[in-house]
Amino acid sequence: MRALEPWVVQPLETFLAESAARLTLLMTMSGQVVAQHGFSRSLDVMSAAALGAGIVASTEELARLMGASRFEALVHHGQRQSCMLAAFTTPRGRWIGLVVFGPETSVGIIRLFFDQMVQQLAAVAPREQTQPPMLAENFETELNASLKALFGR
Amino acid sequence: MTATQAVLDRVTRVPGVRGAVVVAAADGLVVAEQLMDGVDGQAAAALTASLVGRLVRTAEGAGMRPPAFVQLRGDGGSVLAAPGPQDLVLVAVVGPDANLGLARLEMIEAVGRLA
Repeated sequence: MRALEPWVVQPLETFLAESAARLTLLMTMSGQVVAQHGFSRSLDVMSAAALGAGIVASTEELARLMGASRFEALVHHGQRQSCMLAAFTTPRGRWIGLVVFGPETSVGIIRLFFDQMVQQLAAVAPREQTQPPMLAENFETELNASLKALFGR
Repeated sequence: MTATQAVLDRVTRVPGVRGAVVVAAADGLVVAEQLMDGVDGQAAAALTASLVGRLVRTAEGAGMRPPAFVQLRGDGGSVLAAPGPQDLVLVAVVGPDANLGLARLEMIEAVGRLA
């Protein structure tokens, strides 16, 4: 497991230990990766983050069109593994969690411990700092720095 | 009143029962619930479904029949579970003063009505 911000580590480690999730990605709404577990290639993380952020943006717009508030979570059930995508609010802005899990756990367990992780993140997040806006000219530099931190190369 | 609500009514009428939940065993998600304040139905559903699933696999692995009733006793009470038809589990959260014998009888009788 690797995280760009150290305060994310403990809540995420607890979630991973309790839920038995196979892959986990925490990212901002714009697809900037904050932490990852289980991914072995930076390309996979980039693709998953971009796709996850796109799906959440689509579902939130769909919810708006339907006159609903936001959807809490989106779960794709597969035969060998499933995937949950959920947006949540932290003191550092809205983030997205993407969790891939297998039949050794259940969506109920994943949801339960994911909700607990969200509460822990809200409790431990440093409040004095605010996330700087992502500028287009800095995007590639920021992305490379994030991937280097997340994969150690 | 639906059959599921009738089942929950029957179980929660037993003295000492603080709540009952019908859970989808495979997902650990709540199908229906009737709980007192302070009882976390989502947690009870997810964790008990996981426990029952593991116990069923353990029993099968040991060449035994799957459990018809599970009691997990703690200091502050017990969690009772009765696996039922259609991959459902009836779960009850009971206090330390609950009538466990009556709760067990009612749950085993009631879970059959979930079909």
